[in-house]
Amino acid sequence: MKKSLASVAFDVCNYTFLILLALTTLYPMLHIFFSSISEPAFVVQNRGLILYPRGTNFEAYVRVFENPMITLAYWNTLIYVVAGTAINILLTACGAYALSRRNVLWMKPVMFLIVFSMFFSGGLIPLYLLVGDLGMMNSRLAVIIPTAVNAFNLIIMRTSFQAVPVSLEESAKLDGANDMVILFRIILPLSLPVVAVITLFYAVGHWNSWFPAMIFLQTRELLPLQLILREILISNTTGQMMTDLGQLDQIPVAETIQYATVMVATLPILFLYPFLQKYFVKGVMIGAIKE
Amino acid sequence: MQRILRDFSRNRLVYAMMLPVVVYYLLFHYVPIYGVQIAFKDYSPMLGFLKSPWAGFVYFEEFFNSYYFVRLLRNTFLISLYSLIFAFPSGIILALLLNEVKSRVFKRSIQTITYMPHFISIVVVVGIMFNFLARDGIINNMLVALFGIEPIAFMREASWFRTIYITSDIWQGIGWSSIIYLAAIAGIDPSLYEAAKIDGAGRWRQVLHVSIPGILPVTTILLILQIGSLLSVGDEKILLMYNPVTYETADVIGTFVYRKGILEASFSYSAAVGLFKSVISFMLLVMANAFARKVSENNLW
Repeated sequence: MKKSLASVAFDVCNYTFLILLALTTLYPMLHIFFSSISEPAFVVQNRGLILYPRGTNFEAYVRVFENPMITLAYWNTLIYVVAGTAINILLTACGAYALSRRNVLWMKPVMFLIVFSMFFSGGLIPLYLLVGDLGMMNSRLAVIIPTAVNAFNLIIMRTSFQAVPVSLEESAKLDGANDMVILFRIILPLSLPVVAVITLFYAVGHWNSWFPAMIFLQTRELLPLQLILREILISNTTGQMMTDLGQLDQIPVAETIQYATVMVATLPILFLYPFLQKYFVKGVMIGAIKE
Repeated sequence: MQRILRDFSRNRLVYAMMLPVVVYYLLFHYVPIYGVQIAFKDYSPMLGFLKSPWAGFVYFEEFFNSYYFVRLLRNTFLISLYSLIFAFPSGIILALLLNEVKSRVFKRSIQTITYMPHFISIVVVVGIMFNFLARDGIINNMLVALFGIEPIAFMREASWFRTIYITSDIWQGIGWSSIIYLAAIAGIDPSLYEAAKIDGAGRWRQVLHVSIPGILPVTTILLILQIGSLLSVGDEKILLMYNPVTYETADVIGTFVYRKGILEASFSYSAAVGLFKSVISFMLLVMANAFARKVSENNLW
């Protein structure tokens, strides 16, 4: 079939626009990566586009990893991600399983309880005071427990559990399997793609979270990476990483340290991302189907 | 009664599995809703939620009469409105454009790249913004080179705040928000496109009469949710972005509650402001949903 001129013109514009969009999306990350391994002096003198690394200098990375505050914060973040996600998945899977049962009397009101909480909340202050009253202030629990279940993720998982054929469960029940066994031996293995997406959502959420840590934690030794990043990137405090340098030498290095910290804090997620990308559509789509 | 007992004994394990989730919701969502009564009390940490004396509507009146009330409402509303006008359709447009791409490899690559920023933390995104938009940053550098204008301290100009906020939101969210529309387009029956072609519809008409009606149900639902969160704009992002120089356009209800409540410990006052926000949001959601029910069959409940 011959294409009309308008159609061809549209295709050209469309491809150009999409390529520009992709470049705008990629460039900031590339800029940071190239700057982080370039010569500090070059980075400070050249404020324009950087299309490839100028020289190779890993000094900034060395300083980042030698900083005890950053390594400690990295460790803290790992604890929050692993422990937090484990609790998230356990509670969400059990809850989603219970809510996906068809012949259980009290599930309707429970569902209402959960959905209503998505649309109305008591706000930040009562929650803040509650965490204080529970004695969790300034403890690791304060950044893990108050976000133990996410209603959206719970509903996504419930919807995917409901899609598992009932006949499979029934035959398992005849063989004497109880609900726990059905969940862990039949439903979860069959819903693996969705469980993978939800795990990723929770884990990335913990990795990137900073606000609960800011309001609930006072001890510096408990802070996650994102809060330290905030100090370095937004409040510009890189001083303690360069005490051995003279005042004038500090400025260029301070900048490459900022770039290196961003790389160190973002790379783990970007590495994980391609492996899970194929599941995204599935997860997001199930979430969109209501009831 | 017997039915309840029989149901309970048969499904004991199911209820046991549900219990932690129910306890979590009661404790961390419904206890705070109950505790929001401190908005009507003179809360003192010594006396606690229940024993603090009642104060009536004093804190609401104080808020409504304060200098901040109009400013907070205006800022919150405008940022939401601009998000609705500019950020909300961006994902739809990207999905429609991607749908016109014939090459699968090209489409895939654009998707992979544009989904990525969704996973970068707000701290890093705002950090990049401070770096790029600084007086000696890359953006000013290019503007000076191209147009020869004076460098602008973007992050310290109240007049630039909303533009920067919305643009960065689009940058971070356009790809991710397109997923759901792409999925909706993929679910459209191909025979509809065939029928449109036979009727002589060109590509533009196919988009207009097949693709757009196909994504309408999903769009309605997302629009209702968006309207319900008109008053809860990205508080966390604004907290990172703003500074006293830009409060005039940047300070929103959520950030104000944080400063008053957590930094200044005026618990009752900030709880009142927070409750005001929750109630208005909920009313907006209900109204948007009722409206959607009237004009179409798509609604939340």
